[in-house]
Amino acid sequence: MMRDITIGQYYQTESVLHRLDPRVKITGTFIFIISLFVAKNITSYAVATAFLTAVILLSRIPFSFIVRGMKAVVIILFITVVFNLFLTPGITFVSFWRFKITYEGLKTAGYTAVRLTYLILGSSIMTLTTTPNNLTDGLESLMKPLKVFRIPVHEIAMMMSIALRFIPILMEETDKIMKAQLSRGADFESGGIIKRSRALIPLLVPLFVSAFRRANDLAMAMEARCYHGGEGRTKMKPLVYRSSDFTAYIVLCLYFALVITAQRVGML
Amino acid sequence: MGIVEIDNIAYEYIRRDEEGNVEGIVRAVDGVSLDIKRGEFISILGGNGSGKSTLAKQINAILYPCEGSVYVDGKDTSVEENVWDVRQAAGMIFQNPDNQIIGSIVEEDVGFGPENMGIPTPEIIERVNEALKTLRMYDYRKHSPNRLSGGQKQRVAIAGVVAMHPKCIIMDEPTAMLDPMGRKEVIRAARALNDVEKVTIILITHYMEETIYSDRIIVMDKGKVVMSGDPKEIFSRIDELKRLRLGVPQATELAYELKRRGVRLGSGILSGKELVTQICRSYATM
Amino acid sequence: MSIICDHVNFTYSRGTADEIQALKDISFSIGDGEFVGIIGATGSGKSTLIQHLNGLLKATSGHIYINGEDIYDRDYSLKELRNKVGLVFQYPEHQLFEETVLRDVCFGPKNQGLSNTEAEMRAYEALQSVNLMEDCYDVSPFDLSGGQKRRAAIAGVLAMKPEILILDEPTAGLDPEGREEILNLLKTLHDEQNITVMLVSHSMEDMADYAERLLVMDKGRIIMNGNPRDVFLNAELLEKTGLSVPQVTYILRELRQKGFDVDISATTVDEAADSIMRALGL
Repeated sequence: MMRDITIGQYYQTESVLHRLDPRVKITGTFIFIISLFVAKNITSYAVATAFLTAVILLSRIPFSFIVRGMKAVVIILFITVVFNLFLTPGITFVSFWRFKITYEGLKTAGYTAVRLTYLILGSSIMTLTTTPNNLTDGLESLMKPLKVFRIPVHEIAMMMSIALRFIPILMEETDKIMKAQLSRGADFESGGIIKRSRALIPLLVPLFVSAFRRANDLAMAMEARCYHGGEGRTKMKPLVYRSSDFTAYIVLCLYFALVITAQRVGML
Repeated sequence: MGIVEIDNIAYEYIRRDEEGNVEGIVRAVDGVSLDIKRGEFISILGGNGSGKSTLAKQINAILYPCEGSVYVDGKDTSVEENVWDVRQAAGMIFQNPDNQIIGSIVEEDVGFGPENMGIPTPEIIERVNEALKTLRMYDYRKHSPNRLSGGQKQRVAIAGVVAMHPKCIIMDEPTAMLDPMGRKEVIRAARALNDVEKVTIILITHYMEETIYSDRIIVMDKGKVVMSGDPKEIFSRIDELKRLRLGVPQATELAYELKRRGVRLGSGILSGKELVTQICRSYATM
Repeated sequence: MSIICDHVNFTYSRGTADEIQALKDISFSIGDGEFVGIIGATGSGKSTLIQHLNGLLKATSGHIYINGEDIYDRDYSLKELRNKVGLVFQYPEHQLFEETVLRDVCFGPKNQGLSNTEAEMRAYEALQSVNLMEDCYDVSPFDLSGGQKRRAAIAGVLAMKPEILILDEPTAGLDPEGREEILNLLKTLHDEQNITVMLVSHSMEDMADYAERLLVMDKGRIIMNGNPRDVFLNAELLEKTGLSVPQVTYILRELRQKGFDVDISATTVDEAADSIMRALGL
């Protein structure tokens, strides 16, 4: 069950997107997300859809694999849609018992669903085409100006890349501990909230213990390999912009301009 | 001068109770002296709690001796300025392959050490490729470590150390969590590094069969060195090894049992092949 | 307590891109009180198979009968199944979580619905049977040594009084002393309490010493099922699947090649010594 989560995972293949500089991809994702909030009509969404489709095709990652990452957030999506559907005031579309669905609600729910889905798809494309280390390198480089404010940019980036590396390992571990406790008769599924949260103790304690043990081991292994912070460190793969990256920036600008135009002149 | 010189060191753990009061002192390493020559392959054998890991960590300046001194490549490990030189000269491999791989891509992990040392980019790439080829993991350089087998992960970890161009590699039970295939892969890699690259290897293990190719075996118990010698010497002292509750390989045990029953055999038989040869030599004419 | 697996198939991530058929047409039966070993290279499906036997994974097709009852029957209780079939995972000490060893071992019995006193009695008994001394019952399980932790975790399963005990590489990562302790413990449980034991292990030598029967798995199938002596006669086939035979068996095979009349089905040191002595006429 834990294997199904693909958010934050890297998908190994060769594509234009894989080769792009992570800074472009991070900026791109950012622009895409903003564009989703700018877009409020069908025309602008059509532009966003076309862009997302093109990006997914360019990534050469099987669509089914990308969609699988959605499974984890389906519940959040569902809740958001339901809230929007029932709680938006406006002209009634249908009503039953105490509930009523309005035209406005229908519209907002629809847009929210699409927006959230696109948002997740867009950011998964970024993580799927960028190795976590590359991603953190990109973030580190983009955040460099923050060093002026004494923000430990390198350390944050290192922490993120380690977290990303250990997510799948800890997921697997959770699965294993859960099965071990189930074998000892643990019951994670029945009872009220209190009983259920208490049932999680046999899962969470071993998980924390294991996470600490791993952290300890890892710290030692890093020290043994001469890690001493970002000072005096070189990079195996320094980030260098190439011509394709500049093209990508131009494409991004064009896309954003197009969304804004579509929003101005489009319908609905 | 040896690559590692350990002079009468002791290491103590202080055990505390819940309130932080000292409950007792455990002498994990107690008066150990060891001189390891350049290019030597040395195995340290012992059960859990024999102090072998604590000893190893002091060679890499992760722990410092409470008494005595450790010199690596002529540098005192307890002098602070030497720490990075010592760690670069004496690389370390740990037991759990998952918990020592930092990178999410094989080659990025191998590059981690050289990056920390401040090596220029083109040279890092050169070193990484070279190290991966030595460990025969080059074809996996773009893979995620999570999909590799235990033996492969451990080889990646070794490549990560090799890329730092160490003079000596300490392997702290590198095979304890692996299946038999993975164990063979790792031991083969260690031997190749020693044979071809002339890297000094200190192998810490509780599997006796992994030590038969070493130049010297040190057996530890309760923080002390209790036996020391070449494999032939050590393997002929079965009774003592059994008393220390070390697992004796079947071939050695069979040779011992046959000898006890009156079969004419030499002492210190290391492998099945050797046993067969000896039996043939003494009895084939029949 | 008997187990019958009847044409069991299992597929991971069914219907997705990385669909893997982990078990292929598995059929075998295990009788009451047997000591069965399961061997196979990493990824051959051993762990997947044993997780089926206490219902953690459900076969894609096929049936499993425990004591003659189909565990996939609609009114068959999974809870009951897990009471009867105790499963000890690899590195079981990673599941310890309570404040004291005793309370941790009580976790299983309490989940079975036993009262505190009853659960504690069970826990006591289980801890005694794994040879843990009473002075460590009230300590935190995290303060025990590696081998002790492992035994405490096994006690946690034993306290549920399973009729079948299945263990996935219970000796992994332990030193020779710890390994021997665990294996002897299993033997005692099997001999004295007549518990059916299924043991997954990578050590052919241990299997030769302890198992009465071996199931050999390769790529999701059971390719051999028989007593260790017969199984280890097929050295070539075993090697093809990434396994091996006990070291002494190799020695005997080599001696046989050199013209000595030794019994190549011997798998333990004593048997091998006997056979060589006979062949040498001593």
